Amino acid sequence: MGVGITSYGVYIPRYRLERKKIQEAIGWASPYFIPGEKAVANYDEDSVTMAHAASLLCTEGKKEVEVLYFASTTNPLGEGEAASIIMTALGLEPSVRTADFSNSLKAGTSALLSAFDAVKAGAKGALVCAADMRLGKPGSLLEMLFGDGGAAFRIGQEGVVAELKGHFSLSCDFPDYRRLWDDQFVKAAEERFIREEGYGKLIVQAIEGILKKYGLKAKDFAKVGYPCLNLGEYYRIAKQLGFESEQIQEPLLTQIGETGCASPLMILAWMLENAKVGENVLIVSYGNGSEALWFEVKEGIESHRGKVKRMFERSRPLLNYNKYLAFRKLLPIELELLGDIPSSQPPLLWRERKAILGLWGSKCKRCGTPQYPPQRICVNPECNAIDEMEEYWFANRPARLFTFTVDNSAETLNPPMIYGFVDFEEGGRFVFEITDCEVEEVRIGMPLRMSLRRKYEDRQRGFVGYFWKAIPAF
Amino acid sequence: MPGIKDKVAIIGMGCTKFGELWDKSAEALMVEAFIEAIEDAGIEPRDIQAAWQANQFTEINIGHAALPLANALKLPFIPVSRVENLCASGTEAFRAACYAVASGACDIALALGVEKIKDMGRSGLPRANEDIMAWGAMGKAIYPNWINPNPGMFAMMAMKYFERYGLSIDKGKEILAKISVKSHKNGALNPKAHLRKQVSVEECLKSPIIAFPLGLYDCCGVSDGAACAIVTRADKAKDFRKDPVYVKAIQIVADSGASLLYQGYDYTHVETTYRAAIAAYKEADITNPRAQINLMEVHDCFSITELVTYEDLMISERGKGWIDVEEGFFELDGKIPCQPDGGLKCFGHPIGASGLRMIYEIYKQLQGKAGPRQIKDPKLGLTHNLGGQPPRSVAAVTILGVEGV
Repeated sequence: MGVGITSYGVYIPRYRLERKKIQEAIGWASPYFIPGEKAVANYDEDSVTMAHAASLLCTEGKKEVEVLYFASTTNPLGEGEAASIIMTALGLEPSVRTADFSNSLKAGTSALLSAFDAVKAGAKGALVCAADMRLGKPGSLLEMLFGDGGAAFRIGQEGVVAELKGHFSLSCDFPDYRRLWDDQFVKAAEERFIREEGYGKLIVQAIEGILKKYGLKAKDFAKVGYPCLNLGEYYRIAKQLGFESEQIQEPLLTQIGETGCASPLMILAWMLENAKVGENVLIVSYGNGSEALWFEVKEGIESHRGKVKRMFERSRPLLNYNKYLAFRKLLPIELELLGDIPSSQPPLLWRERKAILGLWGSKCKRCGTPQYPPQRICVNPECNAIDEMEEYWFANRPARLFTFTVDNSAETLNPPMIYGFVDFEEGGRFVFEITDCEVEEVRIGMPLRMSLRRKYEDRQRGFVGYFWKAIPAF
Repeated sequence: MPGIKDKVAIIGMGCTKFGELWDKSAEALMVEAFIEAIEDAGIEPRDIQAAWQANQFTEINIGHAALPLANALKLPFIPVSRVENLCASGTEAFRAACYAVASGACDIALALGVEKIKDMGRSGLPRANEDIMAWGAMGKAIYPNWINPNPGMFAMMAMKYFERYGLSIDKGKEILAKISVKSHKNGALNPKAHLRKQVSVEECLKSPIIAFPLGLYDCCGVSDGAACAIVTRADKAKDFRKDPVYVKAIQIVADSGASLLYQGYDYTHVETTYRAAIAAYKEADITNPRAQINLMEVHDCFSITELVTYEDLMISERGKGWIDVEEGFFELDGKIPCQPDGGLKCFGHPIGASGLRMIYEIYKQLQGKAGPRQIKDPKLGLTHNLGGQPPRSVAAVTILGVEGV
């Protein structure tokens, strides 16, 4: 069997902002309206945490990951590698080869194809994750269209559920969407120009290219999908290429929004979610050219069903546009001393990286008690064994809320802060913030899972402090 | 059996008014408490042979080491040390002074606690940073609300207490309100108290929520102030005054870490308080605290803390402290008056001074000098001084008494 996808994960942030709410708030400044809603990353999320969250859903057999690639056009780090943060936070070994792919909307498929190359060249397995959270200017059409999310794929040779049968790449510097490194907002060229010269030609050329390269016809595929900010154009392109309606993958645009370089990967995951064994699917990226990837769906795909559906089921409405602006720091809000974060201590963050980024604790070999942060002397008062610990990874352990508070005095961009003591079901207790959780739903005993989040931003030292929070189980 | 029961006596105490003392420096507060104490003891500053300074927020206009105390009081080239054990620092300094005297290392020792938090220029306690927070930079990295954790960490105990004993949130909050109402009633009688306004249960219940379920009136005041004690050998105490107050027990217990990281902790009590109480009762030969203790000053940083402390001190049965509250057991005219001076809630809470302020009230009450809030003929009083938060705390229990009990 050839190289292929062995598992996947998708991450859609919990909050959805109805586009109607955007129009109500800022429609006076803008003639645009499109229906549906957009997924909005919580205030403590970014592309690193979203890509990590998607990756966390496919960490089975993670020892086989020898290559980890992260793709994003909204990498929160200027200098510094996101992939190695994600690697540490997935509990992977530092022998993993990491790289960030950036800047291009096709960075997601570029990373994916590079990972296939690495596995073909002998790597046991690879993990590719991508996430984006692009900003359009308040009141712009792009703001309405963009959404936040991420996806992750495991690539390997054993247990393939979607084999890569072929691919075709097209690269060019088509001037459609652009952003300079120190700008927040994506700028677009004239919409009709992008539609006709960009989507209408580059996607078409990529698909025609792969069909010709492998002697295939449109009817050979069960599904085809690609990012496109214009739904009319999306369907027109497929029709032009000879795809029937039922072959065209329902786009994520209406429910999630356009998720940048993660978009083709999220569409692919959604295709796989519903694909049958033996079917062929065609996923195409767009941006600085276009890349088409042909997969054949294999046995075992059924065991992954529901991963995308679960993400849709956990959604909650974001009640107003101002909250979205505050989350993205587009609206400064009065919070005492929120920016006054004392400078961090790099030696400590380095020394404790496994505990902080990886959520590694320790487990006493004598009494079996898991404990976080890792201890040298067992915390169980009946045991107190000295130096009989083994490493213990808490990140994927189910947990329950032991007690909590809703703290109005805590400083957060999404007040009030909910936090509580989290009891891991297999043992171990620590106090964590509860995020992606409404005040009305928090209760003692609620099931939780752990999620990597932004904890603070240290502008003095130039880095983001990531740590784990608990979220309602899904 | 080891212990210092009746080996040490208090011969003089001083305590400033607590409050938002914008016009007073830490030096001024230390001198004020000290003058009251030496006048009370009838001694001269040069009679002090060793001293301990207690404070937590050294950076807020006090300064490091014990030099602030030695310099402010012009102590004449004697041993002076600073001690810190979070909010239990005051009792820690008192313990050091008592142990110095009990050991025979010196005859007269001073313990003084001071805090100047209000110079910070904003409300609440000083915000944590890596210099002053308990866990250093690791706290910032992994602790939720590492900046201002106290209300929330105690609020979680209220949630758990209500759940465990079947109290609805409304009922639980009403019990807590009654605890605060009682302290406000007592504080109003005390000219040195920070907050001297009586409040009703209704006012407490409609006050803004700080950390659910705790509202504003469930939280103690944050204050400036200083308090101090002068102790000497018990056999010499009568040389100084006819009514010295004797130290029956001082015990301090620090958590092992089990309450924070181990699932064995129920979060409806504070283990260190319970353990310190057992040790203190043993040291003081107290077998039935509910019958023997006449009054208490406990660490009511939050109303819920006072409630669980009744139980941890074994005054109330487990899970029944709230019933004692409803029955008025801890009122000024109740069976064991608690917080006769208003407590942290109303007397205020200048961290390092609070443990000594509690001892000051017991001292005055045992001498019959507590004015309109005087309790009838008390023999044994208890102070409970808690540092940290329920899952990560240090608790001090001190028992003081008149001669011969």
